Amino acid sequence: MRKNPPLWGVRGAYMKRFIGFIKKEFYHIFRDRRSLFILFGMPIAQILLFGFAITNEINNVDVAILDHSKDANTQEIINKISASKYFSINQLIINEKDIETVFKKGKVKAVLSFEKDFSKKLIKDHEATVQIITDATDPNTANTISNYVNNILQNYTQGLNNKATIAYQITPQTRMDYNPELKSVFMFVPGVMTIILMLVSAMMTSISITREKELGTMEILLVSPLKPLHVIIGKVIPYIFLSVINATVIIVLSIFIFKMPVQGSLILLGLESVLFIITALALGILISTISATQQTAMMISLMGLMLPVILLSGFIFPISSMPMILQVISNIIPAKWFIIIIKGIMLKGVGLEYVWKETLILFGMTVFFIALSMKKYKIRLE
Amino acid sequence: MSISITNVSKSYKDVKALQNITFDVKPGELFGLIGPDGAGKTTLFRILTTLLLADEGIATVAGFDVLKDYKTIRNSVGYMPGKFSLYQDLTVEENLNFFATIFGTTIEENYDLIKDIYIQIEPFKNRRAGKLSGGMKQKLALSCALIHKPKVLFLDEPTTGVDPVSRKEFWDMLKRLQKHGITILVSTPYMDEAALCDRIALIQNGKILEIDTPEEIVKHYPKTIFNVSANNMYQLIKSLKVYEHLYSIYPFGEFVHYSDKREKFNSDDLKHYLETQNLSDIQINQTQPTIEDTFMELAK
Amino acid sequence: MNNKNVIEVENLTKTFGDFTAVNAISFEVRKGEIFGFLGANGAGKTTAMKMLIGISNPTSGKANVAGFDVFTDADNIKRNIGYMSQKFALYDDLTVKENITFFGGIYGLSRARIKEKANALISELGLQEVTNQLVGSLPLGWKQKLAFSVSLIHDPKIVFLDEPTGGVDPITRRQFWEMIYKASYQGTTVFVTTHYMDEAEYCDRVSIMVNGKIEALDTPKKLKEQFNVATMNDVFLKLARSPSPTLPKGKGVNTDKDYNHEKKSSPLGS
Repeated sequence: MRKNPPLWGVRGAYMKRFIGFIKKEFYHIFRDRRSLFILFGMPIAQILLFGFAITNEINNVDVAILDHSKDANTQEIINKISASKYFSINQLIINEKDIETVFKKGKVKAVLSFEKDFSKKLIKDHEATVQIITDATDPNTANTISNYVNNILQNYTQGLNNKATIAYQITPQTRMDYNPELKSVFMFVPGVMTIILMLVSAMMTSISITREKELGTMEILLVSPLKPLHVIIGKVIPYIFLSVINATVIIVLSIFIFKMPVQGSLILLGLESVLFIITALALGILISTISATQQTAMMISLMGLMLPVILLSGFIFPISSMPMILQVISNIIPAKWFIIIIKGIMLKGVGLEYVWKETLILFGMTVFFIALSMKKYKIRLE
Repeated sequence: MSISITNVSKSYKDVKALQNITFDVKPGELFGLIGPDGAGKTTLFRILTTLLLADEGIATVAGFDVLKDYKTIRNSVGYMPGKFSLYQDLTVEENLNFFATIFGTTIEENYDLIKDIYIQIEPFKNRRAGKLSGGMKQKLALSCALIHKPKVLFLDEPTTGVDPVSRKEFWDMLKRLQKHGITILVSTPYMDEAALCDRIALIQNGKILEIDTPEEIVKHYPKTIFNVSANNMYQLIKSLKVYEHLYSIYPFGEFVHYSDKREKFNSDDLKHYLETQNLSDIQINQTQPTIEDTFMELAK
Repeated sequence: MNNKNVIEVENLTKTFGDFTAVNAISFEVRKGEIFGFLGANGAGKTTAMKMLIGISNPTSGKANVAGFDVFTDADNIKRNIGYMSQKFALYDDLTVKENITFFGGIYGLSRARIKEKANALISELGLQEVTNQLVGSLPLGWKQKLAFSVSLIHDPKIVFLDEPTGGVDPITRRQFWEMIYKASYQGTTVFVTTHYMDEAEYCDRVSIMVNGKIEALDTPKKLKEQFNVATMNDVFLKLARSPSPTLPKGKGVNTDKDYNHEKKSSPLGS
């Protein structure tokens, strides 16, 4: 029969149990491949991603030059800009109207505009101005760009001053287009909308389907006249509905509360949103075909979708500043294309003619996911 | 309509779930598949309802091949998988409506079939299925499986984990369903329920031990069984286990089922032996073998 | 308190809001007894058992388990009892040896003692070949037997078994019950709930709960005589069917003499 432990050993006994318990927990962790992956794989992946992807640093940003002067000084400045690793001269534009065009196209993030008779003004008045016009839909980048350009100008002025008796001054005038107050909300709203749509559509759909599998009701559905296609579509329709409502609410809120403008067509915005919702749903279905449990579905949705979306879609951190390989990877993330589209429509007021490429890519992705899901959808339990 | 299974085998990695299963179920029969967990019952059911593919062998349900004609089978059989999968957050009525709808019928159309069953849960028709007791869930799941008037009904362990009263009621319902001409294949680990079937197949570790009517199966027990009891069960078992003429011994409630190696068995010998083991109140009476005795004998 | 009783329950009650799950039950369990605690799902069985093993506080009434009060001394109860349930008994992703070591540690056994127990257990159950195999890979029957042995590893006075033999084949079930007999013979009290009515026959005494009350408590033999039926299954059917006559307070025996004594042959009887 059991003897009572001696009093002095009581604390020892507690410790023993406690340690025994900890030991067991370690066994659990090391034997479960999934938790191992999350414990070790995720942090490593995150550190790498964060290390490389997160940077407010800019690199090879495309600039366009509007040179009304075309003289020696402007050429020197342009050369300096071109030589800088931060910038890359994309094109030379002719007049003011082109600025908007080139911003709408999306590649060029800043325009340097030199006033007429730049050199003459410098020599005569020792003063001239340069306009730094940035696409401020990404306010962080816009700021950085204007700062760096400023630095280059300062440098140049310094150089001039070294050889002169009276100081030269080149005054930069910054203009932040599309977001004059550098409201970060303008950047966040498209990003948040994307994430919420992705969340509701992809994650919820995949969870809903795998829940049927987990509960066993999927078995009965299979042994019934219901075609697999009907099951999937039936699951998906409520989420389309919910997502559309979500998207509408977000847009309405941002217009009325954040005073965010919707420059472009609301109809186009709506249609593109629906397209993205369907893309996300298709992804959700695909995830459910490879998950046996709700937990798996949720993990895959979070790790495989959320995180890359946040980090790589360009929503927080500019893609152009990431290492090449991440830029390439970011191309397969549907969210990236959608953010470009809605930023364009909402902030720059572009029409389909500017975003048809991105729309086509989204469409192609959707078709691909749906085809893959249908192929993988099991009509049997194995 | 009948079920026909020929040489069906199925393995998962290196576990042989089913080995060379062959038997038939006649139209309108109430056929029991009797065996414990892991015997292969659920695997066999899933093959017959076309949810799994057999590695070898053929099976037909109502004349349709489970491989080629799976769509037809899925449209016409009733299936109640283990742990009666119901939608926990739908009410009783909503569940029933759902299953009726996906089979293209309505509750009213085949109401006469499920009436006796549904009447018992009708007072709760607006309660969520998740909040029902085990016995109620069982009845609801059965109603949902019957709502489209299937010709063949597959019930995978419908009485597991349910209290004895509900179990008894369930089997009463099955007997009444048989009168409608529905073929019913039921699996259960409860040996006492086996006695209620027309024919049964005893299954263990993926193999069929025996197939026959309940009355005939007990005749397969090779020896005579005696109920033995004494004043102390533990000592009784211990003593009998070292008895030289022991053939088999199994506890059975307040008695022990004992069978002897010898053809001619004299119960007085045994009584003397047990008395030398310091046991008293010894009783030894011949008794009939049950299906459970037969199962254990065949499974040895 | 009577020294021979390891469990004493007096008017134990548990309510959830206005729903009474356990309604003033009273009974005793003697040392070394195999006590069957039966009842349909929802009858209050599980709730009552939770109070006895110290993981749920009673609303009113008293109960002593292994000499400790369930209300004030729950921690001591947990240390002095063993527990095994159908849903969970051992960790599937630990080996046989690791499970034994872990549970031994939880109950405060010394390293030497654990080793001793482990060796005894493994050889008794014939698990030498699979000592270092994950429990999850063992057949259900072996798992259950191992779980039972592990629940006894600290030599508790009472072991609570919650539907321990669900789904197991008939041979293993009997082997399991032989282990129970042995434990009882050696002085451990066994408190077991089960859905297998034939297992109720193995118990020394059986109590049947219906709607929160104990409607019957006696030896299987006497209960069968009282209800004039052949099996415990039939006893159960009778009890759950008939309108429940309330018991005189404080006792667990049905003394209503107006019971319908017709002998019903049930298809579920043997």
